[in-house]
Amino acid sequence: MTFLQATCLLVVAVLGTLVVATRDPLRQAAVTGIFGLGLAALFLAVEAPDVALSQIVVGAIVVPVLVLLAMAKIREHDE
Amino acid sequence: MTRRARSFVALAALGVLGAVLVVAVTGLEPFGHYPGPYGDVLAKVVPDERHTGQLVAATVFDYRGFDTLGEEMILFAAVCGCAALLRVLRSEREEDEGAPARPVPSFAARAMSAALVGPVMVLGAYVVAHGHLTPGGGFSGGVVVAGALLLAYAGGQGLRLRRVGSITMLEGTEALGAAGFLALALAGLIATGALLKNFLALGTSGMLLSAGTIPVGNVAVGLEVAGAVALVFSEFLEQALLEDPE
Repeated sequence: MTFLQATCLLVVAVLGTLVVATRDPLRQAAVTGIFGLGLAALFLAVEAPDVALSQIVVGAIVVPVLVLLAMAKIREHDE
Repeated sequence: MTRRARSFVALAALGVLGAVLVVAVTGLEPFGHYPGPYGDVLAKVVPDERHTGQLVAATVFDYRGFDTLGEEMILFAAVCGCAALLRVLRSEREEDEGAPARPVPSFAARAMSAALVGPVMVLGAYVVAHGHLTPGGGFSGGVVVAGALLLAYAGGQGLRLRRVGSITMLEGTEALGAAGFLALALAGLIATGALLKNFLALGTSGMLLSAGTIPVGNVAVGLEVAGAVALVFSEFLEQALLEDPE
């Protein structure tokens, strides 16, 4: 395992814990996006650039935005 | 169940799961060591049989092509279900369109999005088209293209646009991709007697038009994935931005 791979693994572990530790769903959506980017860096470090590319779009954009949109709908419903 | 009892059950279950995970991880090969024969076999046969250096693409579209066909149908069914659930009914729609003034994104956000649409779209198309030459392919490229569509939405006249693209067009793109992959599989069955078997000229390894059916499959998957992701986004946006009639 190279230094870069070990660093990426560590970063992913820390970011994953942060996602769980964040209680407010709004903040959690943002932290999930950053976690997704960390995961993409890890995939790149273990020589899977194609998976990293998908991960950037799905993990850092699609999932957080879908969560935000769902939250917007729920809030509007609560008002 | 009391809080105490619940904590006890949870901790016991976590302890067992943790112990089993530790046992499983200690039984793994060391980091970076690959024990199985399949990868080595593929590395030997793929360059001659498929005229491509991309073992992953060859595995996805030929050696395990049947799995990909199943995944395509799962994605298609999942997106159809999502679209059916989120579809805005006529009774839900607002009375007069475009009347309520919605917040428009800042000029900087719009300029940035508009500037990135073209390059991201080209990158996505490049990744799809070169799936048999470089890492990437239909799924990676497809989601990048969907990202470009999303940028077009963000860079457009803000939220007034309401959706990522015409829903009919996105549905058509997704269906075309799914049908295209199915047609590719069946064409192999008709031409050679085996589902998904290559029936096109293999060409020279390393050229854009080579590796037989692999690039065709990549384009079909790219169309389906781009359509699927953008369609789900559109449906979510439409629901989220719909204002409840008071």
